[in-house]
Amino acid sequence: MAIKTEPFVLNIGPVHPSTHGVFRMRATLDGEVVLDIEPVIGYLHRGIEKLAEQRTFTGFIPLTDRLDYISSMSNNMAYCMAVEKLAGVKVPERAQYLRVIIAEMQRIANHLIANGSFLNDCGAYFTPFLYMFREREKVVDLFEMLSGQRLTYNFMRIGGLSQDIPDEFLPALRRFLDKMPAFIDEYDRLLKENEVLLARTRGVGIITAEKALNCSISGPVLRSTGYSWDLRKADPYLLYDRFNFDVPVGMQGDCYDRFRVRMEEMRQSVRIIEQALKDLPLKGAVRADVPQRLHPPKGEAYAHIESPKGELGFHVVSDNSIAPYRVHIRPTSLLNLTALREMVRGWKVADLIVIFGSIDICLGEVDR
Amino acid sequence: MSKFERYGLGILKGMTVTIRQLLLRHPTVVQYPEQRLNTSRRIRGNELIWSRERCTGCATCAKACPQGAIEIVTSSNTNNNKYEVETYRVDTGYCIQCGLCVEACPYDALFLGSSYERAKYRRGDIVQSDDALLESPERPASGYYHPRLAEKMPEQTLLIDKITEKR
Repeated sequence: MAIKTEPFVLNIGPVHPSTHGVFRMRATLDGEVVLDIEPVIGYLHRGIEKLAEQRTFTGFIPLTDRLDYISSMSNNMAYCMAVEKLAGVKVPERAQYLRVIIAEMQRIANHLIANGSFLNDCGAYFTPFLYMFREREKVVDLFEMLSGQRLTYNFMRIGGLSQDIPDEFLPALRRFLDKMPAFIDEYDRLLKENEVLLARTRGVGIITAEKALNCSISGPVLRSTGYSWDLRKADPYLLYDRFNFDVPVGMQGDCYDRFRVRMEEMRQSVRIIEQALKDLPLKGAVRADVPQRLHPPKGEAYAHIESPKGELGFHVVSDNSIAPYRVHIRPTSLLNLTALREMVRGWKVADLIVIFGSIDICLGEVDR
Repeated sequence: MSKFERYGLGILKGMTVTIRQLLLRHPTVVQYPEQRLNTSRRIRGNELIWSRERCTGCATCAKACPQGAIEIVTSSNTNNNKYEVETYRVDTGYCIQCGLCVEACPYDALFLGSSYERAKYRRGDIVQSDDALLESPERPASGYYHPRLAEKMPEQTLLIDKITEKR
């Protein structure tokens, strides 16, 4: 029998370790039960869409790094693909293969952080997080070898990549791929059957496929509901139609399914990279001939990719000048966040943190 | 899995991983200020290196800079009929180390630095100009966009190659 109590408003965030950045929630509680939450966003708003209008088409690429800073390469790639579509640039085949390899490496790196911090929120305090960071570090090492930096890579260019890969990159990547499946097995062994984790996450924060589609949720959160939707299969960009891979789906759309889907996606990414390495042309240009000050013709273009967090799209409008007339970003994290209120109603405050962590958002992309 | 869920077997299984890490593996981390790893050959360190000899003052770098951090003043003196670079000034406070200026330079006159501990104690030191931007032993250039320089740099230490298993 519940005791009738006065609703209590609790402020969580913006500076709180489990809000993954500067997210703020105004939660209305009845005892420990969450009645309603009101997300307050905008603490990291930098006006990136407006800043694009004052920069050249190439000059905006470094700023896209700062959107979803966990997976910068995917952001670079989505923007470059939109401008390539607008300007009618054809990317060389070697560059496309390398883009696939890099995008899948980025997916592994992102999911390692997503799952690590999710387990951190569940109370597995920093042990799995640091185990996963160990492997992310290896991917970041490889990205550092390519681009010279470890977080804001700025490696993609309009028409390909900024530079060719160094000679020592491919052997190092092969060594990484040989070891990675064993490490994913290790994570599975560490926590897949852990009773505490199962009790905290199974059946918690359920969202149905219909509701997820109505909220235009994409990525692992949508696939965890059992709805198989992956842009790599649904609208193959780059060369994804040449590779064999499965789209892992969940059963019922709870936090545990989201965790499992991300784990399986890492295995599939390893599979894709292995196939891409086999077919990668050893010689060839990595960058199409694109003028430094690009003037795309008047018009607009939208390109979307399956970024690690879901569908990431860039809508670029050009008025035939050196700067974009307008850039609109379809942010994955913001749209995935829209169903948070539905998910957390009726759960306790401790579950609120777990559910929020399982969505895997990046505040740089939410606030832009 | 669900049959033995109540007995805590999953927790024990997980602990085999942590115990294995404790007993059979070396630590992954290094003690930073004493031990240093080699950075990437293309490292984009936080400084810009400018070559006075090669620079023609075409200002392509200034146009390519997304932040507008580069300022170039070319000969204001019209008497001797020469085109010279008078000032080359970089506001490193605005610089985001994207490397687009190095990429844009048609005369190979710009390099990114390869050092990474470049905090300044005075605000005035953030804006660097002319002689402060030249290459020196304290400011080594990086191989970013200069493959010939990259070949000479020491190979990057990779975590993949680190031996973590105890023999």
